[in-house]
Amino acid sequence: MNLTSAFRDPQLAAGALEAIARTVADYQGRITLMEVCGTHTMAIYQHGIRTLLPPQIRLISGPGCPVCVTPVDYVDHAVALARLPAVIITTFGDMVRVPGSSSSLMREQALGADVRIVYSPLDAVAVAARNPGRKVVFLGVGFETTTPTIAGAVVQAQKQGLDNFFVLASHKTMPAPMAALTADPELQVDGYICPAHVSAIIGSDAYRPVVEQCRVPCVVTGFEPLDMLKGIQMLATQVVEGRAEVENEYSRVVKPQGNPKARELLYTVFEPADARWRGIGVIPGSGLSIRSEFAGFDAARAIEVEVEEPIEHQGCLCGEILKGKVRPGDCPLFRTVCTPEDPVGACMVSSEGTCAAEYKYGG
Amino acid sequence: MKSDVILLGHGSGGRLSHQLLDDLIIPTLSGVTPQEQNDAALLSVGGARLAFTTDSYVVDPIFFPGGDIGDLAINGTVNDLAMSGARPVAISVGLILEEGLPVADLQRILQSMNRAADAAGVQIVTGDTKVVPRGKADKIFINTAGIGVVERAYEISGSGARVGDKVLLNGTIGDHGMAVLASREGLELSSDIQSDSAPLNGLIAALLDALGDSVHALRDPTRGGVATTLKEIVQQSAVDISLEEAAIPVLPTVRGACNILGLDPMFVANEGKLLAIVAPEVAGQALQVMQGHPAGAAAAIIGEVTGEEAGKLYMRTAIGGRRAIEMLAGEQLPRIC
Repeated sequence: MNLTSAFRDPQLAAGALEAIARTVADYQGRITLMEVCGTHTMAIYQHGIRTLLPPQIRLISGPGCPVCVTPVDYVDHAVALARLPAVIITTFGDMVRVPGSSSSLMREQALGADVRIVYSPLDAVAVAARNPGRKVVFLGVGFETTTPTIAGAVVQAQKQGLDNFFVLASHKTMPAPMAALTADPELQVDGYICPAHVSAIIGSDAYRPVVEQCRVPCVVTGFEPLDMLKGIQMLATQVVEGRAEVENEYSRVVKPQGNPKARELLYTVFEPADARWRGIGVIPGSGLSIRSEFAGFDAARAIEVEVEEPIEHQGCLCGEILKGKVRPGDCPLFRTVCTPEDPVGACMVSSEGTCAAEYKYGG
Repeated sequence: MKSDVILLGHGSGGRLSHQLLDDLIIPTLSGVTPQEQNDAALLSVGGARLAFTTDSYVVDPIFFPGGDIGDLAINGTVNDLAMSGARPVAISVGLILEEGLPVADLQRILQSMNRAADAAGVQIVTGDTKVVPRGKADKIFINTAGIGVVERAYEISGSGARVGDKVLLNGTIGDHGMAVLASREGLELSSDIQSDSAPLNGLIAALLDALGDSVHALRDPTRGGVATTLKEIVQQSAVDISLEEAAIPVLPTVRGACNILGLDPMFVANEGKLLAIVAPEVAGQALQVMQGHPAGAAAAIIGEVTGEEAGKLYMRTAIGGRRAIEMLAGEQLPRIC
């Protein structure tokens, strides 16, 4: 048995489920827990965790999928850049299929644009080094897990003296949206399943302000099924006992102070900024922009291009789904107009999107 | 067809591929019904029953751990014939070569095709070669077509699964797709994953000799992986299948590589695997036959046909949860076969 399979052991899982059932046995009322990380969203569906929990516990998905929270005008900007003859777009896979106002990168690729999927931002730097006559734009989307590697790529490009590597930045940070969602009177979140990888960078202490301001339990939780069952039990225990604290289920990886080295690299290149989240709007201090010292690497500043007026699809409930207010099945477009092969909203595109996960695993 | 241009996703083997076939290619060219869409066409010619199939190979890179585009092109067509219960007999080879391809590479690929044909007991009987200017193709594309003889009285197709049947798989999943991916330029995934590219006609002959028409359906889960292939079978047979996640063999290295790249091994391509759907009373015997054959040492019973809820595929997860499995729309890893 390897490490991974130990965290999927059926007997241990049965024990963890019994512990959850005992925890909530005498509790009157519902416990709503939100995960704010796309990998948790996927894992909950993939392991069928909802089908195993007591009915009082409701799991809802928040704005944890980086592709999904990226606003449509960002996709339009990327599409406009892709149409420039000298530009090579480099990106993680999912962004290619996200629909913009009138096109997607996948469509532009079929029409002749040079769009390349890479697995690391450093691969994009290598593409730039091999193509000195072209402008190589990396689509910088994601949370603190990926942003340090993108900062590292910018630093690397600078070291190599490259003047043709750019980042189109739309980075988001945690836990700013958690405070915003808790303040929403229409939503009642009783506890947060806090991200695993993001927390490895920002540290479990980063959730203290959320807990102190909002009085809502936060438990940093790993991605393996047993991690999630344990995290859910820890949250349910806090709710039942009326506590609101930061706890760390994933202490084998996440430290209270996180990874200071990665953050130092991140903040060498980026600085905090207000950011617009698809469906939620602008959240102060919830994003990252490229520092002026690195403006030459910022595609938004360094490459001039006209971007079309953004049009959001009428009827798409991505925004409400990202806030956890409705489930994919409540959206009139789900499975009818909006399908993985012809997605309307980003939530149906990304493998971490709530709609894509519901479509793939839910029915 | 919702898109007015061909997208890479149309070649994924997933739902976009099916859409292209169902909305444009099949209605224009042949009109066969979905129930008749199997790995090979069955024909009656002058009293003889023949199986006929074709496949094109555009894998990138052309050499990968455990195989190359040459043996893949032979094994893939041999396996498509074998899945219909036929004995593969003869194969044609069409080569499209890019100007500048090293002759040594071509020679290595041809030798590999020859070895694969010998191993499968088929003859390469005819062929064609074209050369296109540099940049108009990528090194080498290969098309193979194959003819097989159907010597048994019964037919095997994807529509034969019945309630109660057991689902067997002859070994670990995702090896081919991850071996190809790990050897791609730019993806620094050091691993020892080998492609499973292999002929399956010997294993299928052994299964049919032992079990006869208790074998209800056979299919090789290539592009789109085990999930897509089983989804095709539940749709063709109008049944539902429940799988046991814990029973599905996956190499730890393949699972690890999939985790890193965010892939589900259930959707990753195989080139030496088969899914056999057999009557429940012979399932134990079928497993023994598979495990006793070199191409099936790690075989397992991975699920069963549970009901007539047409077209549904379910997974009981390792921790006891339950979920549905749908075909992917497209995929991010084109050109793996």
